[in-house]
Amino acid sequence: MLMVLKTLDVLGPQHGYGIARRIEQISGDILALNQGTLYPLLLKLEHEGSIVSQWGASENNRRARFYRLTVPGRKQLQTETREWEQTAAIIARFFEAKAEDLP
Amino acid sequence: MRFMRRFFIRLSNFTAGRRADQRIQEEMAEHLALQTEENLRAGMSPAEARRQAALKLGAAEAIREQHNAEQGLPLAENLLLDIRYALRMLHRSPGFSLIAIATMALGVGATTAIYSVIDATLLHPLPYPHPSELVRIEANLPGVGGHDTGLSIPELRDLQNSGIFQYASLAFFGTNDLTGSAQPTSVVSKSVSPGYFAVLGVDAALGRTFDPHDATPGFNLEVVISDGLWKRAFGADPHILGKSLRLDNDVYRVVGVMPATFRDQGQTSEQRSTDLWAACGFYGDPAPPPMRATRFPFETIARLEPGLSPEAAQGRLDALVASLKKQYPADYPSQGAWTLHLTPLAETIVGNVRQSLILLFGAVGLVLLISSVNVANLLLARASARGREMAVRQALGAARTRLIRQLLTESLLLFVLGGITGFAVLFCARKFLLQFIPESLPRLNDISVSWGVLAFAIVVSVAAGTIFGLAPAWLTSRLDLTTTLRQESRGSNGSRRRSRLRPVLVIGELALSLVLMVAAGLLLRSFWDLYKVQPGFNPTRVVAVETSLPNPNDPNTDIYHTATQEAVLLREVLRRNRTIPGVEETAVGDWGTIPLGHSQNDRRTTPFVREGEQVRSSQPSLIDTLTVSPEYFHLLGMTLLRGRLFADQDHEDTPLVAVINQAAVRMYWPGKDGKGEDPVGKRVHLLGRLGRARPDWTTIVGVIADARTESLADDGIPQMYLDIYQRPAKFLAFYLRGQVDPAAIAAQVRTQIQSVDAQLPVFRAETLDDVLSSSLSVRRFSMEMVALFAATALLLAALGIYGTISFLVNEQSREIAIRLALGAQRRDILRMVLRQGFTLAAAGAGIGLVGALIVSHLMAGLLYGVSPYDLSTFAGVTAVLTAVAIAASYVPALRAMRLDPITTLHAE
Repeated sequence: MLMVLKTLDVLGPQHGYGIARRIEQISGDILALNQGTLYPLLLKLEHEGSIVSQWGASENNRRARFYRLTVPGRKQLQTETREWEQTAAIIARFFEAKAEDLP
Repeated sequence: MRFMRRFFIRLSNFTAGRRADQRIQEEMAEHLALQTEENLRAGMSPAEARRQAALKLGAAEAIREQHNAEQGLPLAENLLLDIRYALRMLHRSPGFSLIAIATMALGVGATTAIYSVIDATLLHPLPYPHPSELVRIEANLPGVGGHDTGLSIPELRDLQNSGIFQYASLAFFGTNDLTGSAQPTSVVSKSVSPGYFAVLGVDAALGRTFDPHDATPGFNLEVVISDGLWKRAFGADPHILGKSLRLDNDVYRVVGVMPATFRDQGQTSEQRSTDLWAACGFYGDPAPPPMRATRFPFETIARLEPGLSPEAAQGRLDALVASLKKQYPADYPSQGAWTLHLTPLAETIVGNVRQSLILLFGAVGLVLLISSVNVANLLLARASARGREMAVRQALGAARTRLIRQLLTESLLLFVLGGITGFAVLFCARKFLLQFIPESLPRLNDISVSWGVLAFAIVVSVAAGTIFGLAPAWLTSRLDLTTTLRQESRGSNGSRRRSRLRPVLVIGELALSLVLMVAAGLLLRSFWDLYKVQPGFNPTRVVAVETSLPNPNDPNTDIYHTATQEAVLLREVLRRNRTIPGVEETAVGDWGTIPLGHSQNDRRTTPFVREGEQVRSSQPSLIDTLTVSPEYFHLLGMTLLRGRLFADQDHEDTPLVAVINQAAVRMYWPGKDGKGEDPVGKRVHLLGRLGRARPDWTTIVGVIADARTESLADDGIPQMYLDIYQRPAKFLAFYLRGQVDPAAIAAQVRTQIQSVDAQLPVFRAETLDDVLSSSLSVRRFSMEMVALFAATALLLAALGIYGTISFLVNEQSREIAIRLALGAQRRDILRMVLRQGFTLAAAGAGIGLVGALIVSHLMAGLLYGVSPYDLSTFAGVTAVLTAVAIAASYVPALRAMRLDPITTLHAE
């Protein structure tokens, strides 16, 4: 979810395939998810008000649904990013810590 | 916040039926197209490109479902589907549905009905602010067997100053003659000490109530009237305040009108419909001077200090009692062991019917249980018919939880429909049903079939549906796919487990019905014994008509102050009453003399001292005193055993005389051998009847046989009869024996009485038979209800055993056919099936007997004349149950016997 929000934040409005591509590119091929699972997640985020969607024309002029980050969505991204960074930092510290560091 | 938003969008999508199917399909198509192009660019063949794209996307159908689930509320959708399906199933087998719903309607309806009574009587708090602070205070003298002996004014003051109570008040319930209106009427009134309304915490709707700090020694000549009396007698006069009214010839000023919703507290419905309250200090005329030993047999109620629990208050009260005993040793001799006891007011009001109500609720709970078990049984029976359906659905990929959820929905629907039907019937029939509730039930008027009761009905049905629907659902959905599919096609049965559960259910049902039937049997026998008991008096063809003489505060204005003055009136009224056509005998007595006409709580007990006895005032012996005219004994057919009855030569100027009953002899003149000595000629000193007793000795002149005039269940209550021509009584009952019409007699007697004194009110004519039967009303009510429930339970159990045996016969039809084909006698088949029914009945009866023993032990207090372990009741009930069980299995047994082996085996 954080990845989806971040993608929309960086790239601006995107359709589902675009988001999937971007996630795939950035993560390399490590994240081999079924791309289709993205769509229920997008709908959930839309219901929660973090993103909005509307029909538009894709690169090859076909009808595609474009998703855009909303103001609450951006706020959510910020809080979630902060939380994630904290979590990551804590975990990282755990892994850095060695036995002799302990008092 | 975000969660809520999501939920509401889904909810609105769900209710509006908005689907996003089109959208996801388009999006996925677009996604595939883009990915395929990308793959083509990467150099794949078109077919491979499409394949890889599809692989990367994942299972399209699953994603679609997920997407759709996110769009709406899948739980609710499934529930709706389940309900729709369940309704279709109910519709498809209307017979089954009807029986199940009717059974549940019976169970839930009956439970709800009893609940509505309990809700009004036991659960609802008293209609006063902070009801938990209200308590009743009882003074007891356990050392001499004195119960609820009342408080004196100094003691009341001690309580008020103790810091335990915010307010405390005495209340004396009675009636007054209200004159001035067209017809003199008798109003139900309470003389209260001024703090009464402060204790209840209720204020007047118009004007004011009494000032709790009022220090008028006697009556302060102010009254507060009820809204009802204000409307009835004063036409809702808005200028009523300050107007005067005459009560017992005294003039009082109206200072307040209570709100229409106000109901007084009290143990009888009569007390709760008090219409008039007069404040009295109880330490000046007409009351005697305030002495510690002058105790009023009144009710004392009080309001605890906020935050003080009754237990803590009782502890502080005990300390107060101890210090008072130390301070006034002469007034509290150690033999009396004076104690004060607090009871929450709500409890004292419900008091004696609590046990009956709890019994009824227990009984009705059993009926509910039995009907639920019956429906569960039906569900199980249907489950075996639906084994194939379940197997097919499971084979098609339905998860077991999903199947259970659906089956549970079905059973819940049945139970809830049953519950709602039961409630609806109850609601429509409430007026009709209320007639059966005895009037003596406290807070009868508060009984209503309200939203709370509906909620109760629904909660009960849902709970029962969940509990009793779960097991059948569990067992139905638990199958071994291959065997079931293969077997079901041959028409045999699936899970063995299912067929094992059914007998267990039936045994449970039989056991529960046995418990109920034993309870009903014991109650029936108690009631019957009470009904058949020789009361010791003859109530037939006797009518009692009540009147009351004015009792003004100033004795000098009382024209019936002395016995001689009153005797003139009484003799004249009696003479005139004898002239009424059909009347053979007449007598008069005070209200306490109406046999069984009053509850135990307002028995008039008087302390007395025997001549030569050493003890002094504070812990005297107690005896019921009844003031009667000489003809009373003959009119009621009471037998004289020793000495003489009252005669014309006894009057105000001759020595006071009394007649006592045998119970009094046994208790107070036991003699050396305990058999009772001859008390005739012995003298007693009756104390403190509101300070009016003559300090003279009363001579016992006769002994009569015990009569159960106080309580049918108790023949050992000591009684002393006094001569009304020697001791005037204000509240009178005229007795007439003969061929009279109870409906018309009140008017006839009124004419006679008012032709002597036009100021006297005459009200309430009752035949003694009616009085007697209404004294049994609560007992009769609970007996009838429990009997009804027991009959219902028996019927349901019979249905259950019938169903189960039929089911077993069906299941064994192959076996039976083979046996028959191999040459078994049809008689043997009959015996075999009946044996199964008998085994069930025996197991049920065995378990039931244990339960019944426990229950009958618990209800021992409600029984009369029959032991809770009465052998004949237990044996009789067991026999009936077994007979019914065998009869119910007889029909399927006959069917089994007539089985045609050839057709049966062919059908397999």
